[in-house]
Amino acid sequence: MDQEPDRPASDGGSAQRAGRPPEGSDGADSLLLELVAYLRDQRTELREEWARRISEAELLSVMSDEEIFSEATEVYDNYVDALGTGSIEALQTYARELSERIIPRGVETHEVLGIVLLLRDVLARSLFANYQDDLKLLNRILDAYEPAANRIAVTVGVSFVEERERVIHDQQEALRELSTPVLQLRERLLILPVIGMLDSSRARQLTEQLLGAIQQKRATVVVIDITGVATIDRTVANHLVQTVEASRLMGASTILTGLSSEIAQTLVDLDVDLGMMKTVGDLQGGIEEAERLAGYRGADASDSMGHVES
Amino acid sequence: MSVAILRQGAYLIASIRSDLSDSEVIQLRHELSELVGSYRTRGIVIDVAALEVIDSFVARSMRSIVLTAKLRGAETVIIGIQPDVAIAIVQFHLNLEPLRVALDLDAAITLLDRMTRRDAEDGG
Repeated sequence: MDQEPDRPASDGGSAQRAGRPPEGSDGADSLLLELVAYLRDQRTELREEWARRISEAELLSVMSDEEIFSEATEVYDNYVDALGTGSIEALQTYARELSERIIPRGVETHEVLGIVLLLRDVLARSLFANYQDDLKLLNRILDAYEPAANRIAVTVGVSFVEERERVIHDQQEALRELSTPVLQLRERLLILPVIGMLDSSRARQLTEQLLGAIQQKRATVVVIDITGVATIDRTVANHLVQTVEASRLMGASTILTGLSSEIAQTLVDLDVDLGMMKTVGDLQGGIEEAERLAGYRGADASDSMGHVES
Repeated sequence: MSVAILRQGAYLIASIRSDLSDSEVIQLRHELSELVGSYRTRGIVIDVAALEVIDSFVARSMRSIVLTAKLRGAETVIIGIQPDVAIAIVQFHLNLEPLRVALDLDAAITLLDRMTRRDAEDGG
């Protein structure tokens, strides 16, 4: 190869041509323009070839063939435009819209990357076929094509991942904003139902709310119900232990209820120090126990069952 | 599974019938943990009389069964530890720390009644 890879010679573009008339000025830009013209020319066949390869590779399996074809057409046109103008902004916007449409349908990252790389390959192969008689020209065409094509692949991939992350982030926000109300069941008896995902920031927020409520309502017993919590990790478990300890320091005893079987086993496996914690199976039992502790029902804590030998 | 789990009021009685493989021990742990939730169980009795050997894995698993059940709101009492096994446990310094042990089923039920006395108060 006799050309600098990133800067094809200025006299190259229009000299020898395999099958097409010369057009445009010299250099990579003119090569790209020629490329774009060629790809527009071949639009129908290449598009079909691409859609066929997508189906073959079993990508986008959640979409019907018609949908794949119409998306493929749009992506193809945007792709070729981006190649020609070198501006990826329009493509970025389109990729984002596309992601918005297909993420809820369960399209995975590997599928999106897969189809973009497939398109790159389909186009490259057609370039090979078209310019195979003139290797020098083919080289220069590829020099112009490859960086642009890779940039497009990266752009689409990144847009998709960003969109996905935005969706995940939004959902996390929504979960976090699910408020954690502190409810007063009776005089001096509070209930804190926890629903959704507990992470350390939410656990901290929850502790603050609870301690504030204990002070304000002058509570002596608190029931924390975590029936609605699916999983717990070590950090959060330790947070809970600290919450219980802090409540104790403020003069309230805490009962933890509604630990799922999985959470209970996780906590035991993690060897979190739960000696301080009073746990009861479900909220109902927890409230009964709390009422007893708070002195309702007149039942006292002293042992009324005298017939027990230890 | 070589463990029969019977329900007796607010208690579960898990009777082990033969030596357990490690996976059976783990399965027992899952099963008890699930049942405690669905039956609102207050106490569990585990009869280990059929176990001729209690190795460190079984000992540790028993411990985690007890802790898991406790988190789900149930107390656990072990009964039927054989004399040989008892000697071995002592000699090998196996950590059975939070385990409550009773002589037989009667004693275990009595012990559970006392440990979960809030039920008894509800009744009377």
